[in-house]
Amino acid sequence: MTKNNSLQQGPDERGHFGIYGGRYVAETLMPVILEVEKAYRGAKNEESFNNELTYFLKHYVGRPSPLYYAKRLSESLGGAKIYFKREDLNHTGAHKINNCIGQILLARQMGKSRIIAETGAGMHGVATATVCALFDLPCTIYMGSSDIERQSPNVSRMELLGAKIVPVTSGSATLKDAMNEALRDWVTNVRETYYLIGTVAGPHPFPEMVRDFQAVIGLEVREQIKELEGRLPDTLVACIGGGSNAMGLFHPFLDENQINIIAVEASGSGIDTGLHAASLTAGEPGILHGNRTYLLQDDHGQVAEAHSISAGLDYPGVGPEHAWLKDSGRVEYVSVTDSEALEAFKLTSALEGIIPALEPAHAVAHVQKIAGGLSPEHLLVLNMCGRGDKDMDTVNRFVET
Amino acid sequence: MANDRIKNKFGQLSKEGRAGLITFLTAGDPDMSTGQNLLNSLPKSGADLIELGIPFSDPMADGPVIQASSQRALKSGITLNKILYMVLQFRTFDNTTPIILMGYYNPIYRYGAQKFFDDARKAGVDGLIIVDLPVEEDELLELSKSKEIDLIYLIAPTTDERRLPIITRQASGFLYYVSMTGITGTRSADRMEVEEAFPIMRQYTELPIAVGFGIKTAKQAKEIAMFADAVVVGSALVSIIEKNLEGINSKVDKKRLCNSVLKQVSNLSKAIKAAPKSRNVGQSV
Repeated sequence: MTKNNSLQQGPDERGHFGIYGGRYVAETLMPVILEVEKAYRGAKNEESFNNELTYFLKHYVGRPSPLYYAKRLSESLGGAKIYFKREDLNHTGAHKINNCIGQILLARQMGKSRIIAETGAGMHGVATATVCALFDLPCTIYMGSSDIERQSPNVSRMELLGAKIVPVTSGSATLKDAMNEALRDWVTNVRETYYLIGTVAGPHPFPEMVRDFQAVIGLEVREQIKELEGRLPDTLVACIGGGSNAMGLFHPFLDENQINIIAVEASGSGIDTGLHAASLTAGEPGILHGNRTYLLQDDHGQVAEAHSISAGLDYPGVGPEHAWLKDSGRVEYVSVTDSEALEAFKLTSALEGIIPALEPAHAVAHVQKIAGGLSPEHLLVLNMCGRGDKDMDTVNRFVET
Repeated sequence: MANDRIKNKFGQLSKEGRAGLITFLTAGDPDMSTGQNLLNSLPKSGADLIELGIPFSDPMADGPVIQASSQRALKSGITLNKILYMVLQFRTFDNTTPIILMGYYNPIYRYGAQKFFDDARKAGVDGLIIVDLPVEEDELLELSKSKEIDLIYLIAPTTDERRLPIITRQASGFLYYVSMTGITGTRSADRMEVEEAFPIMRQYTELPIAVGFGIKTAKQAKEIAMFADAVVVGSALVSIIEKNLEGINSKVDKKRLCNSVLKQVSNLSKAIKAAPKSRNVGQSV
């Protein structure tokens, strides 16, 4: 049971986490957003919905994902005992599928006949295309043209799975712009279309719903670490762009105040260069894509372009619950640069035989900084939220330049 | 003194027995001085009310034409402060034509809502349409009342009869019926569908109802003017700016650009004035 003063019970009935969150969308979308909320409230407590969800997570996604002791990395850093939560071993290679299974079951229940989604790194696009193939629903994916270029293996995968990819050339041609286009599609085809948002952002109820579908990560970690170590972890670390893998790991632990919780943003070329994606470290509260949250923006409220080597973190906003957790001080938000992430990418590959996605490589990079200062009894869980096959081109190019 | 330019304007239109023309242009498009010239000339070309777009980096409800105009305006250096100054300039010679600022919430939020309402009131702004601020997010309602700047809400084809009274209860000034599901300037409004929505809306409000999104030609404007209280034309005017911009840089060409836009405003105005009134319900002002 969550207590009255629990950090786990947000948002309020209007979707607010403190001043963050909410439903800042055009009137045309309000009725469908209320419809999604109502359907989700119903489904959440329905035994048949939950049974179906559990079935697909187990037999299709392959859950539970292992909690793996990264022995060589731990020894090499000479401090904390580091565990990887192996979300990279899920079907489709990342945590994104957890949410997609949940939302596609909901979309079907709502009788929606067409699915749209945005994608940055392409992992959410692949996961969406996958569940659309599974349930025989037409699927359109919006993807920035810069991202199409740097994540081309995922584009081929989505096409093979039957999705229509729409390249987005406006703005910085990355995730933010893909989300704008997806929202424009939704407002145009609102009656039959379900917008399967891939992160804990967007208008209420998406931040809450996506978090709930991803919370399976943290819930499994609780059980697994107890079995392996007989107690809860001391530190949790996850990378954060929109923030769904981080929210999924953190949420079940928010009320255990003795646990350090750290989220790692992408500082690109460095915070002081202005070329980064660290909205919580260097942004200000604002309103974008249906919610109030921390945003990279100028003095006039124009949203800035984000910069990161990792397409999945290349977003100028962040989920509203993270904004709230930052202000409350419960979660520590730090950042690492492109080069640091790249070092971690190589180190993890060399020491553990695991090629991480560039996104969780950011989390590894921060662990590299702190692990040595912690005792060997210190249990640190890192969310290895995706695998790095998709990033080989980017890494090779970065190394060359 | 109450800020009642919107109320007076619709009262006057009602007396004349005709619908009003509301023109939308993005503030500062294609540049600051041309934008000011355009704004200043709109009333004498036939605009009854003026919507001035606040450009935003991420205009999620807008089609390619308004997106491009927002980019041009931002490049020209427009800011919310400068937009208010444009309105102030306009008010030095026109104290009756209502000006409504239309845009997204973030630039206003960043400016500071309290300060914005103070400054907008002083500049002579009469109303606000904030596309991504539905009735559920009512944080500006008190300011709108105390500063007498109307919050004009959108009603969409998807708005059902449960939401309609919630919106009409909070709305002031007039209501803006979005003629189709979609982004600005892409599809054309279906006249029959729009007309059918009117009796339902009129049951819930005595405020005037304008129709916008998807009205491109004088012919369409005339059809809608037969039953609506005002017709909004935006993308169709902005696209004239776009067309005139190809390869120009001289002052003379800018003048021609203004003339082309204003000529279309006057065509629209004539068409609306010529529309026979088929409605027997109207605003009660």
